[in-house]
Amino acid sequence: MSSSNLVDRGDERLKQSVGVRGAIRAFLDRVRSGDLGPLPVIVGLVIICTVFESLNDVFLSSNNLVNVLYDSSTIGVISLGIVCILMVGEIDLSVGSVSGFASALLGVLWVNANWPVWLAVLAAIAAGAAIGFLYAQLFNRFGMPSFVSTLSGLLAVLGLQLYILGQSGSINLPYGSPMVSFGQSLFMPAILSYALVLIAGIGVFATGYRTARRRQAARLSSRSTASIAAVAIVLTVALEASVFYLNLDRGVPWMLGFFLALVLMLHYALTRTRWGRSVTAVGGNREAARRAGINVRGIYTSAFVLCSVFAAIGGVLSSARLASASQQAGTGDVNLDAIAAAVIGGTSLFGGRGSAYSALLGIIVIQAISSGLTLLDLSSSLRYMITGGVLAVAVIVDSLARRSRVSHGRA
Amino acid sequence: MDDPTLLARRGELVLSLRGISKHFGAVSALTDIELDVHAGEVVALVGDNGAGKSTLVKILAGVHQPSSGTMRFGGKEVTLADPGAALSLGIATVFQDLALCENLDVVANIFLGRELGPLGLDEVSMEIKAWTLLRELSARIPSVREVVASLSGGQRQTVAIARSLLLEPRLIMLDEPTAALGVAQTAEVLNLIERVRDRGLGVVMISHNMEDVRAVADRIVVLRLGRNNGVFTPDASNHELVSAITGAAENAVSRRSDRRRAMMPPPAAGEEARP
Repeated sequence: MSSSNLVDRGDERLKQSVGVRGAIRAFLDRVRSGDLGPLPVIVGLVIICTVFESLNDVFLSSNNLVNVLYDSSTIGVISLGIVCILMVGEIDLSVGSVSGFASALLGVLWVNANWPVWLAVLAAIAAGAAIGFLYAQLFNRFGMPSFVSTLSGLLAVLGLQLYILGQSGSINLPYGSPMVSFGQSLFMPAILSYALVLIAGIGVFATGYRTARRRQAARLSSRSTASIAAVAIVLTVALEASVFYLNLDRGVPWMLGFFLALVLMLHYALTRTRWGRSVTAVGGNREAARRAGINVRGIYTSAFVLCSVFAAIGGVLSSARLASASQQAGTGDVNLDAIAAAVIGGTSLFGGRGSAYSALLGIIVIQAISSGLTLLDLSSSLRYMITGGVLAVAVIVDSLARRSRVSHGRA
Repeated sequence: MDDPTLLARRGELVLSLRGISKHFGAVSALTDIELDVHAGEVVALVGDNGAGKSTLVKILAGVHQPSSGTMRFGGKEVTLADPGAALSLGIATVFQDLALCENLDVVANIFLGRELGPLGLDEVSMEIKAWTLLRELSARIPSVREVVASLSGGQRQTVAIARSLLLEPRLIMLDEPTAALGVAQTAEVLNLIERVRDRGLGVVMISHNMEDVRAVADRIVVLRLGRNNGVFTPDASNHELVSAITGAAENAVSRRSDRRRAMMPPPAAGEEARP
């Protein structure tokens, strides 16, 4: 179909980008105007991998990558919550404490009080939801800045965690229980991991093809079948190769599969539902969203609750990973890592821009740095400094890109 | 939009305000405002800065709640607790600051809060409907998939008006619809206002530009310091309007127009009408 009789290609001012060269030029234009997408993370990952691999050749071994991805899954889930809250332009500084409290609650209810494990997990998640709901009420009813309410929550919830753990300070979760093996040794059968990747690739092609057909039928511009197929094939091959490399060692952890499923679900919710559209609108222009009839308070509440729920799930996962619920759970750099991951991955601190994938990419960067530095036997003092530096760079990139977007009219 | 029931309702009282007041602390922004809008009628709301026009629009849009007074819409007494309530009653508003989300594209802005397919957005249908609405306004938007941040002021105005028409409202309010527009786009928006009126919608338009007001308004309601200060027909003289708006028959504007009239009759209409 020639482009002139398409409904959305009638304006002569519109730059036409057709074919591979057009696609590349459109991409370069976007990057130049500050619409970086996941580009900085991918560049960052390549640099990190090159540097650490040259310093220690264990870094890129299957075994180490499996560990990195395993560890990424726990904090990655927490980071998904941070994406939700950053999208509406707020912040939650207490996700570390909430995750620690959830893991402590799991330990106390499951091991000490002999609750069935599923009920204990549900209770931990419900506690997270209640904390998020409290933040939302403080924000909506009293106009308490989320920065302050969650900062006080950081202390208060940490206190709660220490209180319910009591004198012992640490509860060991039973080895061999499904919960702990999920956190430590449960891997997908190789054949299943290949099949899932294949299904994902087919899914990418099928949805792309269906959209293109519908747009064609409506005389809107659409991507060619060849380009949809090319993207799907490249994606499938790349993922199959990664899965193959992981399968050389133990394989794909189920916990990573769980994390990826959550990423996909949040991505769908943020981009394909009315709720996600409302979240983006509230983050972009709160007053405009209110005047469009969006229940702004409800959206804030959902973001705060989701953030704390993801934090609680992350806490449960990390207690499974460590086979214990201790006073140390959720302290240290958990908070910073979760927030940094979302920002490094490209979710803006200023609200209204972000993606569930940023949690995935960002946490892989952070865990890769942490793993590389551990392999080099560097002390945690140096690790903190370097992670802090990377976060600073990520925020600078975010701010510069934002300024550039504004001046290019792409805010 | 061509709903025959709407056409049949022409002339029927759509909106009726009685004794509407609004206080912000010690300041009375509006006092005992009365306003009637009929179907198929353009009511221009004029007044100086601080006369309470925008406050009145915000009350009608459900953004502010009146301190006292009654509001009847379609014959029933209503209270507008929030903007959603006004929208679902059929009162659409194009705000002066347009209230668009710059980080969303044109389609998303037009359908904001009213997306098709809440659990699986129907982007194709929304895009088609967006193009249809923009075509009706003869709008010149290069692409509906660009974020609003990249549009010019006039294009944003068009998007805001298109959005207000999406819900097929019974009353549409335009706060300074032509303030940011070029010559051709102003004419286009005025045409559009007439088209909307001819469909049997009530239109409330706020403007500082007497030329635009005279071009489309059926009645001109003047507000001054938060009170009603007269209702005029479009053929009222500039002198009458300006003195109703400024509250004085004798002022710089009227003196200058008198001087001009004395020097070179007849005066250029509109030139002297700008407050």
